[in-house]
Parts: sequence; structure tokens; C-alpha cells
Amino acid sequence: MGLEFTTGRLADTVSWARKYSLFQYPFVTACCGMEFMAVWGPRFDIARFGAEFPRFSPRQADLLMVVGTITERQAPILKRIYEQICEPKWVVSFGVCASSGGFYQNYSVTPGIDLVIPVDVYIPGCPPTPEQILDALVMLQKKIQDRDTWSQRNYEIQEWTKKQAEGTLAKR
Amino acid sequence: MSQEVLQKLQQHLGENVLEVHDHRGDETATIEAKTLHDTCRWLKKTAGLEFDMLVDLTVVDYLEQGRTPRFEVVYHLYSIAQKHRLRLKVGIETDTPEVDTVSDLWRNANWCEREAWDLYGISFRNHPELRRILLYEEFEGHPLRKDYPKAKRQPLVRRPREEFEAVVRGSGIGNKRTLI
Ligand code: SF4
Repeated sequence: MGLEFTTGRLADTVSWARKYSLFQYPFVTACCGMEFMAVWGPRFDIARFGAEFPRFSPRQADLLMVVGTITERQAPILKRIYEQICEPKWVVSFGVCASSGGFYQNYSVTPGIDLVIPVDVYIPGCPPTPEQILDALVMLQKKIQDRDTWSQRNYEIQEWTKKQAEGTLAKR
Repeated sequence: MSQEVLQKLQQHLGENVLEVHDHRGDETATIEAKTLHDTCRWLKKTAGLEFDMLVDLTVVDYLEQGRTPRFEVVYHLYSIAQKHRLRLKVGIETDTPEVDTVSDLWRNANWCEREAWDLYGISFRNHPELRRILLYEEFEGHPLRKDYPKAKRQPLVRRPREEFEAVVRGSGIGNKRTLI
């Protein structure tokens, strides 16, 4: 009886803890990086949201920030970096280039990184303003709290399927 | 200033110079492709000319203008010693787009020529290592040729569609908090 209730609350608490300690891996490839640096600076100060630490190893990060143009040649590298991040992991697509290819509609640029890896929050703009980035971060935090990101959903679906197979799924 | 260079070039090559012009200092000579390597060596080694720097090497595709020869390889030369410039052009036929390498004269031509091969498919005779430089090996065709389809993509990785759909289908589960 109480277990269901407890784990529900526990998951909420864990999500709450997770959303205020995002460790980002900045995958910065192009001009959008300039705005990204501004967000780190004291004026906009991403540290207020608990996400100030850049980690330059994917194994220490949980938020992949894809900042800038991703070419077809880079896409396998991006995928590999994504796979190296431990679960649960989140992806923010920063700027129109990463989200849709932007104005580079040609042979060399990937038309949106969501063709390669799952994306949780898209930020439009070329480049986006720092306010948009903070907005996106708050959106991501809300998604994490709701357990509505790709990685968390995937986990829950797997658990659900496993429990269903075992027959240990809690009755409602 | 470098009109002298053009005159010297014309004297040296005679009728192998097909066309020259010098509009406001952009001295340009179109020469026969077969004389290219010798001419370049002569331009580099002759006292008073001394073109010791290859500034750039590019290609133009005149498909839409319907010109023959279709491709034109352009060499921008500069002399650090004499401070003068020259632009050399050679026309290349469509069926065998081939020209002699100049990478033995100017070493930066090595990468420039690889780029020209990568994007335009011009092959350079006697080049030490003619392979793609900007694009990946799996790429087929030469994208800056005007007959390459504009929106054609050759991706290396794509997510499988099912992976998408499985998660979207199950998207309600995460919100019903009693399940786990
Ligand atoms: S979206 Fe604009 S600013 Fe950002 S990487 Fe692309 S071109 Fe540069």
C-alpha cells in the first residue's frame, strides 16, 4: 500500500534535486557560442538556476547543450557524445542551426539534430538571446520535475514493461 | 605595375596565352592547360618575377553559362619579394577534368587541390595524396558542381523512426505518477 505512495513522492524529490543541479556539457561548434558565454557571465548568470558548471567530459555531465551548426560529418560524433552521457540525460538544442539546420539548407548541414539524438527543449533564434536561454532552462527544469523528458520517459516505460512482464505492476 | 609581368608572360608563352586583361590592376591571363606546370615554375623561378606565394586556388563551374571548357581553375599568385600579383586561369574539359598539380612548387597547393577535388571533382595529375579534405569518404559526388542537386543530403547517421515512436506512444506514462 504505502510503497506506491512513497516511491511516487521519492521520484518527485529526486526530480526536484536533479533539476537544480544540472551539469552541462557544452557542445559548442559555431557563433551561437558567443551568446552562450554571455549566459555564463555575471550579468545573466546561469548559476542562479544551479546550472553553471561546464563539464568537459560527457561522463560527468547530464545536460548536453548543442550550441551551433552540426554538419553531417559531425553528427556521428554528437551521437557518440550523447551515448557517453550517463542516464538520466537531457538535451537542449540551441539556436536554429541545431534545431532545424537554419539557413544552411544544403549538402553539408544536418537539418535538425533531432534526426540524430532526442531533444528535450528547442531554443529558436539566430543566435537566441540570453533571456531565451534562461527561459529554456526553466522549461527544462519543469520538464524534469514532471518526469517528461525523453530519458525519464524512456526509463519509466522500460520499468513499466518490466514490471508488467513480471506481474508486479501495482494495481490502481 | 604588373602589366610588365603580363607582357613577359606573353613573350614567354606566345600563343599559349589565350586571353589577358588588366582592369584596374587585376592582371589576369588565361593559358593553355598543358603549359600550366612549366609556366608556374617559370613564374616562380625567374628573377624579376619571383611569384613565391600561392594565395589561393579555386575552381569555377560554367555549366549554366554553357561555356566550353566547362571548368576553369584559377590561381592567385603573389610575389612577396616584388610585391606584385597575377591571376592565372586554365580551362578544363568536362569529360576528363584533369590538370597538373602545382603542389611541388607551392606546398599549400596540396590542400587547395584536395579541396578542389573534394568539391568540384577536378583531379590533379601527380598530386601526392588526392583524397577528400572537407567532406567524408562516404560522400558521393562533388557538391559544388552546378549539376549536384541542391538539397541532396548524404547523412552518416539517422535515428531509427521506431525509437521516436515508442517513446511518443508511451508519453502518457510518465505523467501518471502511480505507475512506478
Ligand atoms: S543559429 Fe545563427 S548564431 Fe547560431 S550557430 Fe547558427 S548561424 Fe550561428
